[in-house]
Amino acid sequence: MSYFPYLAAGWILLAGLYGLVTSRNLVQAVGCLAVAQSSTYVLLLAIGYRGNGATAPVFSDLPTDAPVVDPVVQALVLTDIVVGATVTALLLSLVIQLRKRHGTVDPEDLTGLRG
Amino acid sequence: MSTPDPLGTADLLPLAVAIPLLGAAVLAVAGRRLPRPGRDALAAVWAAADVACLALLWARTAPDGRAVSWLGGWTPRGGHSVGIVLVADRLGTGLALLVAVLVLAVVCYAWRYFDEPSGEHGGVFPALLLLFEAGMCGFALTGDLFDAFVFFELMGAVAYALTGYRIEDPRPLHGALAFGLVNSAAAYLSLLGIGLLYARTGELGLAQIGAALDQRAAAGHGRDALVVVAFVLVLAGPLVKAASAPFHFWLPDAHAVAPSPVCMLLSGVMVELGVYGVARIHRVVFAGAGGLPDAVVRDTLLAAGVLTALVGAVMCWQQRHLKRMLAFSTVGHVGLFLIGAALLEPAGLTGAAVYVAGHAGAKAALFGLTGVLLDRYGSVDEHGLHGRARELRLIGLLFVLGALALAGLPPFGTGLGKAVTEEAAGHWGGWLPVVFVLVSALTGGAVLRAGLRVFGGLGAPPSEHPEVAATTGEGEEPEIREPGRRPPAPMLLVPALLLVGCLAVGVVPGVGRALAAAATAFTDRAGYLTETLGGPGGPAPAAPEAWWTASGIGLGLLSTLLAVGFATAAIRRDPRRGTGGLYRATVLPLRRLHSGLLGDYVAWLAVGLAALLIALTAQL
Repeated sequence: MSYFPYLAAGWILLAGLYGLVTSRNLVQAVGCLAVAQSSTYVLLLAIGYRGNGATAPVFSDLPTDAPVVDPVVQALVLTDIVVGATVTALLLSLVIQLRKRHGTVDPEDLTGLRG
Repeated sequence: MSTPDPLGTADLLPLAVAIPLLGAAVLAVAGRRLPRPGRDALAAVWAAADVACLALLWARTAPDGRAVSWLGGWTPRGGHSVGIVLVADRLGTGLALLVAVLVLAVVCYAWRYFDEPSGEHGGVFPALLLLFEAGMCGFALTGDLFDAFVFFELMGAVAYALTGYRIEDPRPLHGALAFGLVNSAAAYLSLLGIGLLYARTGELGLAQIGAALDQRAAAGHGRDALVVVAFVLVLAGPLVKAASAPFHFWLPDAHAVAPSPVCMLLSGVMVELGVYGVARIHRVVFAGAGGLPDAVVRDTLLAAGVLTALVGAVMCWQQRHLKRMLAFSTVGHVGLFLIGAALLEPAGLTGAAVYVAGHAGAKAALFGLTGVLLDRYGSVDEHGLHGRARELRLIGLLFVLGALALAGLPPFGTGLGKAVTEEAAGHWGGWLPVVFVLVSALTGGAVLRAGLRVFGGLGAPPSEHPEVAATTGEGEEPEIREPGRRPPAPMLLVPALLLVGCLAVGVVPGVGRALAAAATAFTDRAGYLTETLGGPGGPAPAAPEAWWTASGIGLGLLSTLLAVGFATAAIRRDPRRGTGGLYRATVLPLRRLHSGLLGDYVAWLAVGLAALLIALTAQL
């Protein structure tokens, strides 16, 4: 098992966080949050990966002693995707309301709260 | 260990989460057809049902015992399990009970609060409140790290929606976005940490991970870089939720703009759940031989707590937007709770638990009373409201009492909590009680100053300092559409009852004693591990004293006097006088850091976590 998937997960996380820090568009910022989150998918799947020909843990067409990848992390990733979809949808709907009613999606135009 | 009788103690755990979830679904559906009073009554019934369920759970668990519920009957075999577990000890149950009581209070407070659209959206607000309750109760009761993440995100997502509930104003949307982006980013970092722990141990339950790390340590594979990185990542979520500096920036933005009933929950109990999460995860997973040494964790968390407390107190004093002031006071107090939890011993934790209970009453009451101001005058600005609320005598009296409770006046529960925590902290560092007195005096003093100005009209109207871009609190949308009406009875009654609750924590000896036993059982890591994995729990060590001492009363009176002194000095200060050099050198840069920019907040999240990692690694 190489270190490559772990490095990729770290890189995706940093790319997402960098985007969150520098973004001037809230739609993009929410997208960057989703990018940062997808690093968790990569990490979890990398953890569950087993070498020597392990396949998906669907036993309908497999012998019960066939080598399979770890099903637990796959369940975690599914849950994670549901959580992420909820949060992304909710945040995007807030951005839509902001655009509709106040005409901006630039976080630097929001100056009502400081100090 | 499920028992055969129809409603065993273990069955109450999933029920405590299921009742509000079910209630939310029923309200979302039936709310469209019911008239307004029917909806509110239905919400109150569901909230009361959860209070009853958790009170029963509290009554049925022994002071030093735990209730364990393996969902779906997937109990462990030979110490291993693939099931998901809920574990309730008295501290977790107590916190969940606090959540339920506050939700009930908020449902009653909001009885006539919103001019809610009827028809299709009827019942959405109470339904969201119940969903929020389910998330918070689940987080307090779960014994599984991944479930903790899911409940964390559940309460997070509902809280973002509740914060941005009033979309007519850009500020709630701004606050909700800052809240959502920072908290969810932190939650995903936590999930990365959970993944690393799973990779190392193959377990997801708190107790199972802790036991597996210990076994590895016993076999000679002790702590390494992965465990330290996982520790920092897993704690990212709870630390951000707890608004520990420098992760606190989202909190004042969100609390200043959320509807007042929602603020009562956010400040009263949600933020404190973050401290609970830090303490629980550290204690069960990382406090053993395979985790991190206590001394290292203690010093690091103490530093974070002191920084948070001081930043919160200083910023609280600077505010004129009342809700933002109360939000920064929450930051200051959470810093003190974090100090109590960071001592990693029963006495500190006992103090923090009593303090949290007292603070929840006082802070929720203050937010509730501020809601009355917002309702009546459409403003929460200390300067703009100067003297305008003289007519609301009873409300003013309660507000001042709440401010004194924040300052730690005996015999309020906040005073008792502060006394117990600062005595425990004094054993570790003789200077720590100074932090407690100073933070209580500054936060209490700021609120007292605002109360005397708004309700008493004391002092000259303050002048503006244009050098700082401050959040003013003028021009807020009133949350109710009948300006000038008498405040509805629940909006007065609920804050009054909450203050009575805060007082009760300080004067009823049983509360402190029960929480001391709960905190002692909480620190009994071996007992948690064996009892969760199916073994018998051993006897817990003796609980510390949690009652008033002469020094505690003295320091409580001192901080109250200081608060009164600060408030008087601020009111008597000549409004034409400028600001000093010290202010310009220290406070002004700190205020400028609170820029309201989402990018800055995420940058601080990354910087803070890097600092935490460096601080821990340097000490190992």
